[in-house]
Amino acid sequence: MSDIAIRVEHLSKRYRIGSAGRPRYETLYDKITGAGSHLLNKLRRPLPPQSEKIRSSHSEFIWALKDVSFEVRRGEVVGIIGRNGAGKSTLLKILSRITEPTEGRAEVYGRIGSLLEVGTGFHPELTGRENIYLNGAILGMKKAEIDRKFDEIVAFAEIEKFIDTPVKFYSSGMYVRLAFAVAAHLDPEILLVDEVLAVGDAAFQKKCLGKMGEVAGEGRTVLFVSHNMAAISNLCNSVMVLESGCLAFLGNTVQGVQFYATSILANLDNPAHVKQDVSINHLRVNGMTQLITIHQATGIEASCQVSIHAEMPHFQLYCLIQDEMGNNLVVLGKASRELGYTGAPVTMVIKVEMPPLWLKPGLYSLFWKLIGGGLYPGHRRFLSEAVSIHVFGDTDPATTHGILAPKSKWSVSSMSIHEVSSINAHHRAPKET
Amino acid sequence: MTANVEIETIEQTAVEEALAQPEVEAERPAAPIIVIEPSRGWVAVKLKELWEYRELLYFLTWRDIRVRYKQTALGAAWAIIQPFFSMVVFSIFFGRLAKIPSEGVPYPIFNYAGLLPWQFFANALSQSSNSLVGSANLIRKVYFPRLVIPISAVLSGVVDFGIAFLVLLGMMVYYRVWPTWGLLLLPAFLLLALITALGVGLWLSALNVHYRDIKYIVPFLVQFWMYATPVVYPSSLLGEPWRTIYGLNPMVGVVEGFRWALLGTNPPQGMIVVSAGVSLVVLISGLFYFRRMEKTFADEV
Repeated sequence: MSDIAIRVEHLSKRYRIGSAGRPRYETLYDKITGAGSHLLNKLRRPLPPQSEKIRSSHSEFIWALKDVSFEVRRGEVVGIIGRNGAGKSTLLKILSRITEPTEGRAEVYGRIGSLLEVGTGFHPELTGRENIYLNGAILGMKKAEIDRKFDEIVAFAEIEKFIDTPVKFYSSGMYVRLAFAVAAHLDPEILLVDEVLAVGDAAFQKKCLGKMGEVAGEGRTVLFVSHNMAAISNLCNSVMVLESGCLAFLGNTVQGVQFYATSILANLDNPAHVKQDVSINHLRVNGMTQLITIHQATGIEASCQVSIHAEMPHFQLYCLIQDEMGNNLVVLGKASRELGYTGAPVTMVIKVEMPPLWLKPGLYSLFWKLIGGGLYPGHRRFLSEAVSIHVFGDTDPATTHGILAPKSKWSVSSMSIHEVSSINAHHRAPKET
Repeated sequence: MTANVEIETIEQTAVEEALAQPEVEAERPAAPIIVIEPSRGWVAVKLKELWEYRELLYFLTWRDIRVRYKQTALGAAWAIIQPFFSMVVFSIFFGRLAKIPSEGVPYPIFNYAGLLPWQFFANALSQSSNSLVGSANLIRKVYFPRLVIPISAVLSGVVDFGIAFLVLLGMMVYYRVWPTWGLLLLPAFLLLALITALGVGLWLSALNVHYRDIKYIVPFLVQFWMYATPVVYPSSLLGEPWRTIYGLNPMVGVVEGFRWALLGTNPPQGMIVVSAGVSLVVLISGLFYFRRMEKTFADEV
């Protein structure tokens, strides 16, 4: 009994359409004009949930999460995967008590810390030092605790020199590093992480992953939402796949990732429920929609459909390829201007062609990232799903430690054997190929 | 991980949870356990949890104070300029031209002693009514008792009040007005002003999440409310029992209490009891209304 960290029973969350994606604010005018129907709603409210279930079939509502039950053991690292709008973030939000479930129940055994975004509550006018305390307090740390970890946080963020400078003068890299440093020093027994790894440069992402691995190694429980299949495969003991708010798969990581890949294929033409300002879908790599297997010597042709539904003056679109550790191996970017984007809502299909990359055999993921004109990191950042790429080839991954393994030709042009007393007697002369 | 196969016999655990009291079952381990369930109807205020988050309250208040004056050229001088110039204008129009009586003390100091708690209240109201919407990114991403937000907005005004109070002390020396023993009750009147501001602030901040009209209503409300409060005139213009009934506006008791404590004008007698009662009702109802609406904040703010 005591080894359970989180128990979730029949958890459901219903959103009124309009309040889920883009909130539609009620005005007093609405209230007055809609007084009749509102009164009906008010009257309905105290009725038992049965009547709510009937109403739920009404198109006014969507279930972001529907009847989800599971248990997480202490020390387990669980990856949560699913398409945009599948309910991953809603699940984390309920578990971290940001929002209440509509039905069901969850029990959490232990102090919970959630990282749904780094830098929450940072104030641009305040200095790095002041923000560490403020952000720490917001994340639930006590002042004494922050005092104790202060030097460690500053060192981790590598901003010693600028600690008393207002963060509005920080570069975005410094800003994110500081934000993550504070978050990383939160010591909860249960950690909920949502896509934090999607921000920052490769070095920073690596640091995040390293810290995550460290946390997991310490026997703490982690729930980890990500689109990065490589990172999921690498870090998680088990995987939970959410599909339209329902728990579709629960278990072994490899099978889970595979299950997710197949389910995407099946549902490709079903648009996600929650309409976002920007969506990136219809991903294809060499004509395949997910999990493709290619030879090292194959060129990569990736395409996606970008839909922008909101006013966005400009953006930057990136096509990324990451390895299992989450290192960015390929980051190809284009400014919206170069793509012929004018600022008006648009849907366009974008294709990127690459020559053979000669990646060493292994698992990679390719995804797209769109960054809209915004002030701070994490702001107006949109990620696509990822396509897993299994690269196979002639090189033996065990003897290749780099990133690339191009086709190579080895030869020995001269060799003379010394008869001197050599302790390492067994020199194996490589054969010419 | 195992899928939860054993379905518990209790079907609607949700309905039982009316009072949001976390239930700890006996066989569970000693580790802190959080039960997450939908709440229905009115819920407990959870003051204990609020107390656990007192450091966050402190940091948010401190942030508000720090940020407010950080980029202004005159800094904390604004806390003096606003009430002082209001006093100058009121003294000219209401004191000099309209010759409104001021209960035996010079009109400027009579007016300023009323403006002090009034400005505190008015600022607290506009700050707190907008506080939840202004902290939307926090509310959507982190859990903490949401009460912390409007409370810190109200508390951050106390510093401004303190600065403006120094001017009053200077004026008292200048006009040679000496306080009475009533001065000892001044903290109680300040507390009453806090309670009133917080009560109204809780209502407005929670309403503002649903009805963004509140943002436009507040400036009007503040202006009308000031003229409905004896800031520029004394409540002694009314006879009894009207003066006591006037106390239904809780700021009447606060303002008159301030004047009496500082300047020895007519004591607020019956009206202070009425005002204190009303302001407690507003605070308690505000707390419950806020807690009731709290669950919708993250989804709607």
